[in-house]
Amino acid sequence: MKKVFALIAAFIPAFAIAAGADVHLDKHLTDLKDTASLQRGAQTFANYCMGCHSLEHARFNRVARDLGIPEEQMKENLIFADKQFGELMTIGMHKEDSKRWFGATPPDLTLVARVRRPDWVYTYMRSFYEDPNRPWGVNNAVFKDVGMPHVLAGLQGRQVKGTAQVAVGFDTLTGQEITEEHEGVLYLAEEGTLSAEEYDKVVYDLVNFLVYMAEPIAVERERIGWWVLLFLAIFFVPVYMLNKEYWRDVK
Amino acid sequence: MSKQQNTLMGWIDDRLPVTQTYEKHMSKYYAPKNFNFWYFFGVLSMMMLANQILTGVWLTMNFIPSAEGAFASVEYIMRDVEWGWLIRYLHSTGATFFFIAVYLHMMRAILYGSYQKPRELIWIFGMLIYLALMAEAFMGYVLPWGQMSYWGAQVIISLFSVIPFGIGDALTEWIRGDFLISGATLNRFFALHVVAVPLVIVMLVVLHLLALHEVGSNNPDGVDIKKLKDENGKPLDGIPFHPYYTVHDLVGIVVFLMIFCTVLFFFPEGNGFMLEYANFEPANGLKTPAHIAPVWYFGAFYAILRAVPDKLLGVIAMAAAIAVLFVLPWLDRSPVKSWRYKGWISKVFIVVFAVAFVELTWLGTQPANDLNTFLARFCSVIYFGFFLLMPFYTRMEKTKPVPERVTGGH
Repeated sequence: MKKVFALIAAFIPAFAIAAGADVHLDKHLTDLKDTASLQRGAQTFANYCMGCHSLEHARFNRVARDLGIPEEQMKENLIFADKQFGELMTIGMHKEDSKRWFGATPPDLTLVARVRRPDWVYTYMRSFYEDPNRPWGVNNAVFKDVGMPHVLAGLQGRQVKGTAQVAVGFDTLTGQEITEEHEGVLYLAEEGTLSAEEYDKVVYDLVNFLVYMAEPIAVERERIGWWVLLFLAIFFVPVYMLNKEYWRDVK
Repeated sequence: MSKQQNTLMGWIDDRLPVTQTYEKHMSKYYAPKNFNFWYFFGVLSMMMLANQILTGVWLTMNFIPSAEGAFASVEYIMRDVEWGWLIRYLHSTGATFFFIAVYLHMMRAILYGSYQKPRELIWIFGMLIYLALMAEAFMGYVLPWGQMSYWGAQVIISLFSVIPFGIGDALTEWIRGDFLISGATLNRFFALHVVAVPLVIVMLVVLHLLALHEVGSNNPDGVDIKKLKDENGKPLDGIPFHPYYTVHDLVGIVVFLMIFCTVLFFFPEGNGFMLEYANFEPANGLKTPAHIAPVWYFGAFYAILRAVPDKLLGVIAMAAAIAVLFVLPWLDRSPVKSWRYKGWISKVFIVVFAVAFVELTWLGTQPANDLNTFLARFCSVIYFGFFLLMPFYTRMEKTKPVPERVTGGH
């Protein structure tokens, strides 16, 4: 397969350039123990994302149990159509249809936080900007020419890319903010129904939920981990003493 | 053989040499008393092998070996199978710790000359285990059918295509069972990973141990403990493996398990070096990932492959890097075994070699930019230099006298 080789060979230098052009990602301080945040994230996902994006490896009842959502409430607010409580969180949209509509099938998002990492998703959801050249009128600073419309635009408002004053630090004497004019920055031209801070919080909760979704066992795993380590630490004592006792008579 | 004909054990022993075997390999197997830290990794490798086999058996109960079902079945194991996540992480983290144990075990042999006469066959069997283990790990990584499973397999299998005279292309097709990596490849890798290769590994481990127990264990001093025996014919510096080394190894096992469990329960992705992030995306033959990297334990050989600008020569260099290990017992011409008594050239070479190997491992997982390529070339030269110059520097350097009895110890 010479073609494969050529493909890979062609690919290695390309990466080095791509690596240099990495966009800055904002940090997502994931907190999987914040149940309220996870619940809000689940709600946002059901309302805004689940029309197109499935969570096909997860089940409604598991999410309800893990996030402390009562069965009735879950059925009312998060389960659409004629889905059963114990079913996988698939969607009704056909993959062929969505491919025709968006140019690419919206991916399943069960594992997106593990593939892309939380910081990326957090920054991505806040980096849509108006671009009349794109079919949906928006582009994304993190994912160039993405096929997805800005679903949360109503909440965030109109974000545009252009020249703006950017805070670069504080004057050490006066304490005043120092700003510089930068090109190609994203700024809010018109606020949506939420303030910038509120919008960040909505996205934070959504990403928190997606991190939970990617590995639902994470919190339980760490909890069990501490007990396992504690057991091993205690077990070490008799094991160590047994060894010492036996080896007393060696030379 | 048995003294007590009337007991159940006596009855069995008359028909099957259980007691005799137990004594030969455990209670009357005399091991040098000066084993140190490095001697834990043999038993730890065996423990990880047992872990991989046990968890592997349970994984197969829910894994679906097909291109359509594999990825989803792994997520099913992670979410819906009772304790499935633990079994899966034990297996995936276990692979990493298996390789850590095996690499340190091999390093021990290099430090103390455990491959030297009369232990050449032990080393050869060990290398065959290592080779089988690499095949096992590679095929195992294909099974979850993520992007890196697919593209990693694509890269590695296509290496065979460099073989000239039309053999290469035919060979790659034969291995894949298709013109591309496909469900057919997944199916056969499943069969090999679950049945064939584990059988080979277990049989090789048996041979490895039988050969070891035939000639006896080496030790950090490289002293032959069988030379000096007491009036009962027991080596003066030897102690029965059981109970002394069983209780001793248990300490090492618990400490090792603490590190293993810390990674398993708190860092199961190993920061993307054990479970690569891209592998949480299902395999897609039309979408090449931005950066195809091997799992960390193949990094060194992948770095050597990429260090050579020519494809064919690169594959030859990678194969040679593994092949040269096989002939190590005949490259070392030193009259002494342990590096403790070898000259300074050997000592410097061993340390530099170990550093170069770690560096290559790192480089293999990183994108190849100018600096990394230069470093990979530099370290590859050290890697081969260590082996190819060995016949010369081990013969000409001045060694220290080896003591009669083992030193240090307890």
